[in-house]
Amino acid sequence: MNMMSEAAVEKALDQKMNTVPFKMIGKDVSVYYGEKRALFDVNLNVRENTVTALIGPSGCGKSTFLRTLNRMNDTIDSCRVTGKITLDEGDIYDPSIDVVELRARVGMVFQKPNPFPKSIYENVTYGPKIHGLARTKAELDQIVESSLQKAGLWNEVKDRLHESGTGLSGGQQQRLCIARAVAVSPEVILMDEPCSALDPIATAKVEELIHELRTNYTIVIVTHSMQQAARVSQRTAMFHLGNLVEENDTDKMFTNPDDQRTQDYIMGRFG
Amino acid sequence: MSTSLILLIILIVGLAAYFAGRARAMASSKGKLSVLHSLPGYHGVYVAIWAVLPAAFVLAIWLLASPFFVENSVRSALPESVHSQGSATTELMLGQVMQVANGLKLLNTEELAAVTSGSSNLRDALAAKGVPMANAGETYMVEAAQKYNSLKDGSRWVMSAVVLIIAIAGAVFAIRGISAPFRARNRVERVMLGALLLASSIAILTTVGIVGSMLSEAIRFFQSVSPSAFFFGTVWDPRFSAAGSGGTEGQFGLLPLLAGTLYIAFVAMLFAVPVGLFAAIYMAEYARPVVRGIAKPLLEILAGIPTIVYGFFALVTVGPFLRDISAQLNGLVTGNYVNFIQAQSVLTAGLVMGIMLIPFVSSLSDDIITQVPRSLRDGSLGLGATRSETIKRVILPAALPGIVGALLLTASRAVGETMIVVLAAGVAARMQLNPFEAMTTVTVKIVNQLTGDLEFNSPQTLVAFALGITLFAITLCLNIYALYIVRKYREQYE
Ligand SMILES: Nc1ncnc2c1ncn2[C@@H]1O[C@H](COP(=O)(O)OP(=O)(O)OP(=O)(O)O)[C@@H](O)[C@H]1O
Ligand SMILES: [Mg+2]
Repeated sequence: MNMMSEAAVEKALDQKMNTVPFKMIGKDVSVYYGEKRALFDVNLNVRENTVTALIGPSGCGKSTFLRTLNRMNDTIDSCRVTGKITLDEGDIYDPSIDVVELRARVGMVFQKPNPFPKSIYENVTYGPKIHGLARTKAELDQIVESSLQKAGLWNEVKDRLHESGTGLSGGQQQRLCIARAVAVSPEVILMDEPCSALDPIATAKVEELIHELRTNYTIVIVTHSMQQAARVSQRTAMFHLGNLVEENDTDKMFTNPDDQRTQDYIMGRFG
Repeated sequence: MSTSLILLIILIVGLAAYFAGRARAMASSKGKLSVLHSLPGYHGVYVAIWAVLPAAFVLAIWLLASPFFVENSVRSALPESVHSQGSATTELMLGQVMQVANGLKLLNTEELAAVTSGSSNLRDALAAKGVPMANAGETYMVEAAQKYNSLKDGSRWVMSAVVLIIAIAGAVFAIRGISAPFRARNRVERVMLGALLLASSIAILTTVGIVGSMLSEAIRFFQSVSPSAFFFGTVWDPRFSAAGSGGTEGQFGLLPLLAGTLYIAFVAMLFAVPVGLFAAIYMAEYARPVVRGIAKPLLEILAGIPTIVYGFFALVTVGPFLRDISAQLNGLVTGNYVNFIQAQSVLTAGLVMGIMLIPFVSSLSDDIITQVPRSLRDGSLGLGATRSETIKRVILPAALPGIVGALLLTASRAVGETMIVVLAAGVAARMQLNPFEAMTTVTVKIVNQLTGDLEFNSPQTLVAFALGITLFAITLCLNIYALYIVRKYREQYE
């Protein structure tokens, strides 16, 4: 067993996908923006320590679903969510739930890199400071270093931690945002098209990063790139017009999908 | 023909030219509009411009120049006896002649004949028509006046003819130039550009003119009072300057006024900044769209109230209120019912000015806070920060440079504010720190020095210009610095 190569371990993991426990469960999730309904009774579960990719044509509700998972939709006045979503069996829309605590457990990385106009160091310590994760400066330093390490940015910025985060390149900024999310030690990380503003090299770095983060975190990623979904995810969910069309192992999804619409979309016939 | 009639005719010619130009362009396109370089409308406007602009230009020049020539020739026609008495008398007589000339027009032919033949008195005849004359008038005057009238009428006729001919010639010239490939649009746009340039240079030149005239008066002031006595003087006591009294030495120390100005502005900002800023944060971050839609315009109405109304409010309501309540307080504490806040005081003026400034602070800051990109908000909220943490740690720091700029703009308004302080601050020029006492400001003293019966050549009045230019320099610096900061802040989020 110990002699198994890393690839073989992953293979075995992927094989056992159906036995991996659920981290988050979405049941009959519907979302309304004012009168307009954006999601129709979506039933989608997110497995622990797995990368789940959400794909589908533009406007089909991928971002909307993603944002229900850490209640970011609460920040939109007109938005209303029905159905039930649980995180480790706890209902995250329960009135007694503190959304601050929820977002500390379910972090988010956005489409456009959005570092705060503060130093790199302050960007990373922002979350830990708010949630009181460190008591001393040494502990903070430790968090900064390990988060930047995990985000694969440490070597590039370790000598300029006190320069502004907005002065980094786009790819570096996005990895800084990932480090910022990781610094809070979330259990789940949501990523909304994290590579759409990046060049291929930066994209490759972020993808590699996602691959590594998977051991410790549960990741949900929205992407428009079929190749990216195939490369980084173990499970893939296909949305269309606010409905969940199909959710399956990524391998199966890209070779032999159950639904005709998935097939069409993956073949580039619409969307 | 009167000038307005000529103008009307030019405009009618222009209108006709427009349609003619359009028709001509249509005709030369032979039904296919796409062969035209410019749309027919541009050809029309091009022709109309040629019809109107040169004619209007000549009209303006003629109207400016012709009185000069007419007066000159009448002046030289005045008899030698007048010229020999010097130019002042000549001008006086010339004025009389023009008056007579106006009067003569009102007489009918019989009366005119009587006046020219000398059988009726010129003065009485004109007085009957409501034209008073200073003296009896002499015979040469009637002659000169008639010459004046005929010259003027002649010039007017010639002018009308010339202008009309130019208008028509311009239109004909332009029409003949029209063809399908003709670039009418480019030329029209060049004329438009010229008009815009003219308008903006008028605005700029006016500013330069105002500053220039203030400067020249201020320099006259500094010829009698040394700049160091003005800028570093600590006593403001300009003395009374009665006309012709001359030589009364006053003391023109700027510092007490400047101290009052800055002190009152400071007190005003002390009230306006927290209230305005908190209101802005509430509006931008917490208020629901409905509330925002109502509250924001309401706040902006506050900004539209004329400052004299605030001044009134201070004088009639706030000042007496503060005075009475201070007397009550004093009575409760010490048993001695004497007010310690004067009705006119730094506090009264500052408080009311602060109320006036609240909408400026809040609407400028609100704009700046809402400019902070939504992605920063989402980033912070997504990390589990609460709304107020997001505001405190991300939005305000990001908006800070812009807010500082907004506050500087507000401060420059506070420094330049006049009506409130005139009514509420008092006129006592002194340097002290008690906000309950009256102090005075630069603007108040400008008003004081310029109201009443005065000569415009004593330092007592000229000092107003020196004060004005000082105030201008202060607010200009504040504004430039504020704009610089605001602009830098904008670039940050391009
Ligand atoms: N803030 C909002 N207010 C109103 N309607 C919205 C809002 N956000 C999204 N919608 C609507 O909800 C639907 C789903 O939008 P969503 O952003 O989830 O799509 P998406 O799948 O992420 O698309 P894309 O791939 O282009 O990002 C769309 O029809 C959109 O118009
Ligand atoms: Mg989206």
